[in-house]
Parts: sequence; C-alpha cells; structure tokens
Amino acid sequence: MRRTFLGMPAFPEAAARAVADPVLRANLRHATHTIRDKRARAVAELDDWALLREAGRRIKDRTLRHLDTHLLRLEEAVTAAGGTVHWAEDAAEANRIVTGLVWATGEREVVKVKSMATQEIGLNEALEAEGIAAYETDLAELIVQLGEDRPSHILVPAIHRNRGEIRDVFRDRMADWGRPAPDDLTDAPADLAEAARLHLREKFLRAKVGVSGANFMVAETGTLVVVESEGNGRMCLTLPETLISVVGIEKVVPTWRDLEVFLQTLPRSSTAERMNPYTSMWTGTTDADGPGAFHLVLLDNGRTAALADEVGRQALRCIRCSACLNVCPVYERAGGHAYGSVYPGPIGAILTPQLRGTASEADASLPYASSLCGACYEVCPVAIDIPEVLVHLRGRVAGRGGRGHRLERAAVRAATWLLDHPGALATGERAASAARRVVPSRPPGSGAWTGGRELPEVPQRPFRDWWRENRA
Amino acid sequence: MRVALFVTCVNDALYPATGIATVRLLERLGVEVDFPAAQTCCGQPQYNTGYHREARTLVRRTARAFEGYEYVVTPSASCAAMVRAHYAGLGGAGLGPRTYELTEFLVDVLGVTDVGAYFPHRVTYHPSCHGLRLLGLGDRPRRLLAAVRGLELVELPGAEECCGFGGTFAVKNPAVSVAMGRDKARSAVGTGAEVLCGADNSCLMHIGGVLRREGAGLRPVHIAEILAGTEEEPPR
Repeated sequence: MRRTFLGMPAFPEAAARAVADPVLRANLRHATHTIRDKRARAVAELDDWALLREAGRRIKDRTLRHLDTHLLRLEEAVTAAGGTVHWAEDAAEANRIVTGLVWATGEREVVKVKSMATQEIGLNEALEAEGIAAYETDLAELIVQLGEDRPSHILVPAIHRNRGEIRDVFRDRMADWGRPAPDDLTDAPADLAEAARLHLREKFLRAKVGVSGANFMVAETGTLVVVESEGNGRMCLTLPETLISVVGIEKVVPTWRDLEVFLQTLPRSSTAERMNPYTSMWTGTTDADGPGAFHLVLLDNGRTAALADEVGRQALRCIRCSACLNVCPVYERAGGHAYGSVYPGPIGAILTPQLRGTASEADASLPYASSLCGACYEVCPVAIDIPEVLVHLRGRVAGRGGRGHRLERAAVRAATWLLDHPGALATGERAASAARRVVPSRPPGSGAWTGGRELPEVPQRPFRDWWRENRA
Repeated sequence: MRVALFVTCVNDALYPATGIATVRLLERLGVEVDFPAAQTCCGQPQYNTGYHREARTLVRRTARAFEGYEYVVTPSASCAAMVRAHYAGLGGAGLGPRTYELTEFLVDVLGVTDVGAYFPHRVTYHPSCHGLRLLGLGDRPRRLLAAVRGLELVELPGAEECCGFGGTFAVKNPAVSVAMGRDKARSAVGTGAEVLCGADNSCLMHIGGVLRREGAGLRPVHIAEILAGTEEEPPR
C-alpha cells in the first residue's frame, strides 16, 4: 500500500506513542464522540434500519458470490457508454496504467477526488515519481497533503488535527502548492474553509485530468457513483477533459435499484446525514458535457485472495463508512496512524492483513489491535462481524507460529496441558496460594500487566478446595 | 432443581469468593448445586488469541464435564458467551443452549429479580462487552441490583464502552488497555459509588488493578457477591 507507511512499528508500540500524546488524545476523543453520537441519532430515525442493514449485507454477499459475472457485465456497459476499462492485478499495475494515461494526455497535473483505492496503491507518489503533480481537493486530504502528513481516518483523514494546527499548516504550506493563505488567517472554520476554497478553485479551473475512485459501480448500466459533502468531487468529475477512476473490484453492485439501500445506509453511518450533499453519477461519456474521455481502472490488489477466504471475505462488503472507527475504543486512543495502513480502525485491522498479508510484524500485529468488544459489529451497516474475522486472522498468525509467536505458542500449549489436567491445576493453584505472602507485587516478567495496574491478590485457597471441604 | 456450577478458571484460582457466593445464592433460592470437578477453563483465552487447536482440547473437556446437566450456570458473562457463541463450531455442540450466565439464570429460568439480598452501599454497574453484546443481558443485572435492600444504584456514564481488558489484549496492547481502563475507572469514581459491580471478574480484575494503582477507594465486587449478601451473612 502507501509507501509512506513502510517502516511503521507494530501496532502496540505505535499505539503506545499515540496514547502518550495528550493533544492527539483530546482531538480524537472529541471528534470520535461527536460523530458517534450524531450517527446514533441519525440511525435511530429509521425504524427499518435493521432491515436495511440486512439488505445491504445480502446484496453485497450475493454480488461477491458472482463477482466475475458482474464485473464482465460492468465492463460491457462502461464500454458501450464510451468508457475504457482497464484491469489491474496489483498496485504497481494500476499505477502504471494511470501514469500512462496521464502521460498520453500531455498533461503533468491532475486534480483528485478523495479516494481510498488511490491511497491504497500510493498513486500520488507514483505520479510524482513520473513528474506528474496530483492535487488533493477534499478539504481534509488537502490538510494532510500540505502538512506532508498521513491520513488517519477513512472519512475524516485529518481527524488527528485541531483547527489551530490546520491554520498553521495552511499559513506555512499553501504558498508552496499554489495560491497562498491570507496573512490574517484565523482558526475559525469558515475562514479555513474559505482559504481552502480559493486555493482549490485555481486547480479546478486549470486541470485537464481528474482522478477519482467510486463508492459504487452499477453493473447493469455501467454507472459510477461518488458520494461526498464538499462539492470538490463534482468539480473534479465534471470540469476536466479526461476522467480516470480507480476502483476496487468489490465496489460493483448488480443493479441501479441496489443503490436504494446503500444511499440510505452510507450517509447516516458515515457523516450522520440523512442524505449526503453531493451524489455524482456518470455513465461513460456524454457529448459536449463533462469529460470527453473516461477510463475505469478495476483494481484487485489482494481482493481476489480475500474473496477466497470463507470467513475473511465479509470484509469485502465494506462501504468505507467509518462507523466502526468512530465507535472503536481502541481507535479512539491509538489514532489511525498506529495501524500503519490507509485503512485504520477495526475494518483496517481485518482488511489490511488480508490485502497485504501478515508477513511483516506490523501487519501480523493488526488482528490483535482489538479488545473484541464488538461495538464495531453493532454499528456496521453491512453487518461485517469484525470480531469473528479478527479471531480468524489471529488463528492464521498464531497457528503459523510466526514472528513473536513461537514462545507464546509454547506457553499456551503448556497452559492448555495444565488446564486439561485438573489434578495438576489444583496443585498449582495451592502452590500459588501457599506462596501468596512471598510473591512480589511486581514479579519479573509481569511488566505488561503491572506497568499500569496492580495484580490481583492470590486467595487463601482456590474455589475447588472450598467446595471439597464444605460441599463435597 | 439441580444445576451444575461452571465456576470458570479465573474465579477458581483468583476469586473463590464469587464461586462461594454463587453457591450460597442459588442454594438460598432452593436450587441444588453440583460442581463437576473435571471442569477447568472454557478455552476462551486460547480461542481468542488464535490458538484454535488448543482451544478445542478445552472445549471437549468442558463439554464432557457438563454432560447430563440440564442447566449449567456460570458467574462469568464472557465465558458463557464463549460457550454459547463458539462451542458448536469447536466440537462442543449441545452445551451452548444449556449454559446460563448467573443473572440470566436468575431472571429467565428462576423468574426472580428480588433475591432477598441486603447490601447497604452506593453501587454502579459496568456491563462488560460480552454480556452486553454477545449474550444480550440487557437490564437483567440492573434489575437484580435495584431490588437489593439498602442498595443505591447509580448510573455509570459511558457504561457501554469497553473497559480495555479484552483477554490477552490487556498484555499484548498494554498502553491502550490501561488508557481504556483509566477512563473507565475515572468515570466509575466520578459516580461517587463505593462499589463497582460487574458480572465478569476478568474485567473487574483489570479495572480494579487500575483503581488500586491510582489509589482510588472504589471497590470492585462481582454481582454474585452482592446478591448473596444478607443481613445475617453480609459479603466481605
């Protein structure tokens, strides 16, 4: 995925650093609790929410079962409507295709609609390496790009920043990329938005190539859908002469009517809106209206492998709403960067190890980045049982006895043997009780527990001894 | 009525008072309690950490230990959830539907909410995640507590948020786990309660460990111990 994430430490270390940062903690707590509460209210308005959730789950599952058929149908429809479809097996191939398409236009800059797929493949960096400038136009993505930062949330990529920090980024960096921020820029949201708007307007009016992702692709009509809140997407999708959309293969839905479900569940789950402000839909090209050339790059990049896993494949239902991030107590404390991926939070913890594998220590640590509290599953609008997939992926990591798991495996086996022999277990319990007065409060090797908590006191005798003496 | 007590490994080794309270409470309500000695651990730590083969060994042991009992009662929401949600897929089919978390057994099977307990303290209740989301205990524990004479029940702000224990999560991600535990401990202390009640000693062990490290006076007490307490036989 994104190159800037390489070299990230494993989740526990990265999260420990985030936990120790009081400004970050305060920013995240405030932002996640605000969105979390708003979402709960927006969802509570619909008395058929449970049915919509179930419908969404079924539409996605049914589509994924026959993904090949729907993708071929989509290709046919897009082609018939004047678009060109490209197939990319991995990030490198997708980047090669997009770079080649931009080069062929003769242009050396593109405007971008916020897109997870292009971040996943590191498209901006790939374009930059070929001398092409990619301008992010979503407000939060702009903040991240100007600040040479990394996104930390799927929907609100600059969630880790407060408005004072944003003002500083705009004041210090906007001039390097185009129209500078006004000298007297304050940290008032309206002022910050106005500065971004003036800065971006230049880019919209000049750009000849737009790059986007898509929230949905309708197979029967060849229609792509982008939902957004700022109108920057509408600009990028309509003003340039060439539009290139990079979309994960799991984003296809069979029919137009399927949108009926997702256009209700996505806005309420993500921004807590009844309907998102801008929904753009386009089908191929139209004479003298909008881009004259349209390219769709269908991205696999590990999705087919995830699809082959009967438990893990449910992660491909994800519509990137971020509701799971906003309710996750671990995300709230660790922040998005700790996940070392453009997909942070609970969904990232099950998606990244499937798309990227678990060979690196960082990726192998992701399935463990959860207390399995289940809040994510409860809010997921397509009912992805995230705890189930986490435990499944833990089985993949631990079962392999890989990095850091060899010793643990030996310990678990020893403990399991003891627990499978109640006589030996009772002897051990009695020994612990007998030694209770001499055991130090922080025995060697207990640092992971005793760093922030006291150990429980060992009782005088285990329950089974009380039972034997009093009831048996 | 005769039931088998599934005390759980954590309660057996570290919190025998919870097991003893469960026995006394059930006996006071006219239930005959058995303790099959072959029981040890439900296998949840192994399962949730990814050691599924090791978990199966304990699933088979537990399922065998409780064969023949119509009701298996456990003072641990998390272990009850493990049995009910995962046993069928791990070679322990049949035990799930017969397994009841203590408050569930009291309210649903015995049909009581007033168990005749006396506990003259200000109490707040933390509904741990597996009881809340996997078992759907709902307001059963709070209804039982509300009927205890002398007990003043105060609401815990952010009650539905995880305390950060999470089994091996507590030691695999100690920084985040402790940060969550501190937030939970602070919101519990903020209620002004003397006692933090829960239906899972593993979560209480974690929150209690944070409370003691921070020098807070709030005491964690398992719900079985509160419900077992009477004027004649007060809990600790």
